[in-house]
Amino acid sequence: MSDPPLRGISLVTMNQPAITIRDLRKTYGELNAVDGLDLTINTGEIFAILGPNGAGKSTTVEILEGFRKRTSGEATVLGLDPAHPTREWRERLGIMLQSTSTNAPLTVREMVAHQSHLFPHPRDVEETIAEVGLEEKANVRSTALSGGQRRRLDVALAVVGRPELMFLDEPTTGFDPEARRQFWHLIESLKDGGTTVVLTTHYLDEAEHLADRLAVIARGKMVALDTPAGLRARAADAVVAWSEPGADGAVTSRTEVTKTPTATVRGLLATHDGEVKDLEIRRPSLEDVYLDLIGKTDDEASAEGDAAMPGEVIATEEATS
Amino acid sequence: MSRIPASKPAPASAANKRPSMAALVWERAVLETKEFSRSREQMLFIFMFPILLLILFASIMGGNDIGGGVDFKQYFLAGMIASGIMNTGFQSLGISLAIDRDDDVLKRIHGSPLPASAFFMGKIVHVLMVSIIQIALLLLVSALLYDIPIPTDPAKWLTFAWVFLLGTAASTVLGIAFSSLARRGRSAPAVLTPIVLSLQFISGVFFVFTQLPSWLQHIAEVFPLKWLAQGMRSVFLPDSFAAQEAAGSWQHPATAIVLAIWFVVGLAVTIKTFRWQRPNDR
Repeated sequence: MSDPPLRGISLVTMNQPAITIRDLRKTYGELNAVDGLDLTINTGEIFAILGPNGAGKSTTVEILEGFRKRTSGEATVLGLDPAHPTREWRERLGIMLQSTSTNAPLTVREMVAHQSHLFPHPRDVEETIAEVGLEEKANVRSTALSGGQRRRLDVALAVVGRPELMFLDEPTTGFDPEARRQFWHLIESLKDGGTTVVLTTHYLDEAEHLADRLAVIARGKMVALDTPAGLRARAADAVVAWSEPGADGAVTSRTEVTKTPTATVRGLLATHDGEVKDLEIRRPSLEDVYLDLIGKTDDEASAEGDAAMPGEVIATEEATS
Repeated sequence: MSRIPASKPAPASAANKRPSMAALVWERAVLETKEFSRSREQMLFIFMFPILLLILFASIMGGNDIGGGVDFKQYFLAGMIASGIMNTGFQSLGISLAIDRDDDVLKRIHGSPLPASAFFMGKIVHVLMVSIIQIALLLLVSALLYDIPIPTDPAKWLTFAWVFLLGTAASTVLGIAFSSLARRGRSAPAVLTPIVLSLQFISGVFFVFTQLPSWLQHIAEVFPLKWLAQGMRSVFLPDSFAAQEAAGSWQHPATAIVLAIWFVVGLAVTIKTFRWQRPNDR
């Protein structure tokens, strides 16, 4: 593109975070759906929010989108309080809801064209349809699209207004692996153009692949805020597992959580003649880290005591015949 | 999906390129009408049902002189035109809005830069367009089948214009207001249909208004359909029939006032209570 890189946004705006949240809370009766979140999302980054169902991901995102009112705390999205959305503010947002698009008896082209007419500087309608891979379905009514195609239509509707900030709420749920790859590619190209993307997802691989940073939320609280690599690095400890006969002759399976699995194995080799039965070295996956993080909040009080600490040997009796 | 040359730079003068209110209202009205025209059920309900009722009532009750040399068929035609406006603006619109709320259609619109006023005005323009076609069909059928004369006096059409516009505006805002009463889209017909049906019975649509017990007449006088029907009678019935009305005249000023009050009340309730999202989604 030969045009100047900025459009109507001052440099000050560019340097400001896209989103800031301070002590955000949303309560429904007794339930603290969002329980004191603090977060800053930078302009131009892809930020993923991970968490189990009911963790408060969508509630948080919907507060930021201007759909829900917060109970307390502060929120600023593109310089404005989302509790009081304006038309000018909406023109800078692209929103892909968690629910799939409408049953309107309108064609893909009609829907994308209509959406584009609501914005001052929309993308080209045909280009947008082609970019989400629906050019062959442009004249097909949305009611005749498959689930995955409708989700692509949702993407087209969210990007056609040329947003500065996009919210994608569980965008790829129900996608086949191929469609998900294509979708990731699309989001990456948006980022290249400077769009800030906030993504909620169930899928760790999606967050790992796309996100510059991610937050893990459980029970309305943030339990981790990191880069995908940083989160993975938390899983530096390996688990060495093997079996050996106990004093009573029964075979006991043993595990050791360690930062130095090689040393542990070397020790095992020194004390065992021949094969070490059932020897295994496991590197925890990102998923293990994640499950550990969200599991911790289930019983926060006791979790720390129960968790296996590095160097600690856990023996479990296991009767084997 | 291929690459999006994402935030393709655009000129800084966003305000200049912002679509005008009129353009947005028209865009919405055309889109809604397009959707409507592709929904067979809606088309049948809005266009064929009034004609079916007209033919049924004309066949069953036609030939009765109800005074002033007016046949019941002609009386019923005016009532059908009035209740058609209410069906389209109040019942049909209220139900479709409640379903749209359930399906997150309204949420999507709320999340877009479309101003709420453009959305609602688009609805009103859509209802006006559909109602004009509906009324034209009713007039055509009654002229062809029953030789009911279509008025030629411009003054009559002037009356038609304001009664039609006020009636549609009032029905539409009330339909929007009532759509928020149903907790689920599926229950909307159960909320709206009994209201419309009851009003049709007591407002001089299915029966001659002056033949109702006076206490029922007084109840009906509170609601807009009675005035809308009477206004339409003043257009499509000879002026000689005015003496047969409950008040002995067409009561144009009262008609205008009552319909305007309902419009203002409906608008106030709509602004205060309209929900873009499902009740448990806020």
